[in-house]
Amino acid sequence: MTSSPQSQTYWAPREETLARPSLEALQLERLQQTAARVYERVPAYRKKFDEAGLKPEAIRGLADLGRLPFTTGADLRDAYPAGMLALPLDETLRLHTSSGTTGKPKALFFSRQDVNNAAELCARCFVATGMTKQDVFQNMMTYGLFTGAFVAHYGAEKLGCLVIPVGPGNSERQLLMMQDFRTTSIHLTPSFALYFADFLEKKGIDPRKDLALKRAFVGAEPYTEETRRKIEDGLGIKVYNSYGLSEMNGPGVAFECQHQSGMHLWEDHYIMEIINPDTGAPLPAGERGELVLTTLCREAMPILRYRTRDITSITTEPCPCGRTSRRIQRIMGRADDMLIVRGVNIYPQQIERVLMSVPKVGRNYLIILDGLDEMTIKVELAEAGFDGQLEHVVALQEEIKALLRAEILTKPKVDLVAPGTLPISEGKAKRVIDNRTL
Amino acid sequence: MRPVQLIAIFVENRPGQTARITKILADALINIRWVTIANSGPFGVMKFLVDDQDRAHDALKQHGLMVSFLDVLPVEVADAPGSLQAVADCLARNNVNLDNTSGFVSNQHAIVIIETHDTDRARAALQAQGLRILSREELLGL
Repeated sequence: MTSSPQSQTYWAPREETLARPSLEALQLERLQQTAARVYERVPAYRKKFDEAGLKPEAIRGLADLGRLPFTTGADLRDAYPAGMLALPLDETLRLHTSSGTTGKPKALFFSRQDVNNAAELCARCFVATGMTKQDVFQNMMTYGLFTGAFVAHYGAEKLGCLVIPVGPGNSERQLLMMQDFRTTSIHLTPSFALYFADFLEKKGIDPRKDLALKRAFVGAEPYTEETRRKIEDGLGIKVYNSYGLSEMNGPGVAFECQHQSGMHLWEDHYIMEIINPDTGAPLPAGERGELVLTTLCREAMPILRYRTRDITSITTEPCPCGRTSRRIQRIMGRADDMLIVRGVNIYPQQIERVLMSVPKVGRNYLIILDGLDEMTIKVELAEAGFDGQLEHVVALQEEIKALLRAEILTKPKVDLVAPGTLPISEGKAKRVIDNRTL
Repeated sequence: MRPVQLIAIFVENRPGQTARITKILADALINIRWVTIANSGPFGVMKFLVDDQDRAHDALKQHGLMVSFLDVLPVEVADAPGSLQAVADCLARNNVNLDNTSGFVSNQHAIVIIETHDTDRARAALQAQGLRILSREELLGL
């Protein structure tokens, strides 16, 4: 077969466009197999089933999903190193871990088929954005125990792209590769994308004229629509929101198509639910809550009803792209990242959304919590945000305070600082410093 | 005539900032002819009249500072009671609002430096009143 330069619509046309009844029948069949598999092979799950007085055969319809036990991050940590394995160790092919900020990491095993499936899902995602084998894919995520870089790397290779595994950081080298190999597609975190856009501006590089970039796959940290537009403007490209987590293979779990309106979550491989993060009660489509995922095709380490701690909602409306997997909205924040300031629940993304909507504001900010319950937001001015008049800077500061007050119902201190003043990040950004002495 | 401009720098309001900025200018062999510093809470703006504003701009930018130019009107008035009142009265009659104003006396020349959003209207009004607006060369040559 000769390769065509035209972009294809789907990577896996049959699976991506399955009519909902067939998709749900497939989900049920795979859920039953998964439940039976973990009951038989994973003692930790057998114990959970037995404690609930549940047998895998009790799963007769998708509505029975709610009878299955949740799996939490703590369960995976307790199972470290290999307590959740459903295959003999010598049949596994690869180990990744999920960054544990405290104590032991979560160990995640892949069989040969799991590695292949993860790459297949990533290839679907890339094709959904218009990427073809003619594209040059520069992978700016961290290679290593973290799944982010490897899984996308295999996906792009599966599609047939030239893959440049440069990893994160070292902006000079990133630029050299982009110039010399005419990179069209990049994969990176939003904070590095913002930093890199600033870097190009300082170097006097106009990405629209000097580079061949077309698109970026941006994920691994929650970010806002306003940040997406800033990255798109700064790099002269389309930015596609990517969702994944190491516990569920890494990138490629859910991805935006060319319509850039919510992320299709591959429902032939995962079942999604939204629950109230405090009570665990299921929430209807459209309501915001914690995303819960069940793997349907994983061999080495199937996971039932995983509490992702990520806050989002499900969109049931059909997408014009024709994919039948429903979409999730961009991640609003982590249930664990929620700040409580003076009794008000605040997600850092709400603050980011406000800041990035103000044109004279730059791309870097920091939320500092201090003393008893004082919030200070340090934010950089845009390069063109200063006209020499102190009065205008004061007015901008007041405008930001008023916008924040409307969004988060508390009036923080706002410190405007010059561009380049705040610490930069080439990996996952640290946006909140909590020094409170409560 | 090239407009007279001040160079304005955005700075954090904390100890050592004036020393830092003036060192950059000194190292670039820039002569400061006039200065004003205003603060508001966590930040402030320093404004300088310098002998070589382009070189000052480049030196400050190289140190990563936010720098902007501001057009101003230097008006020469008599070194006598009522002079400033005459300027203010003229601008008021022409409905020109003053953003910032400062003044000094040098070698028997009394100079009022006016910052306004209506530079053109202010210039015309003051000249019609018979007041002299100094060029950049004249101001630096005082």
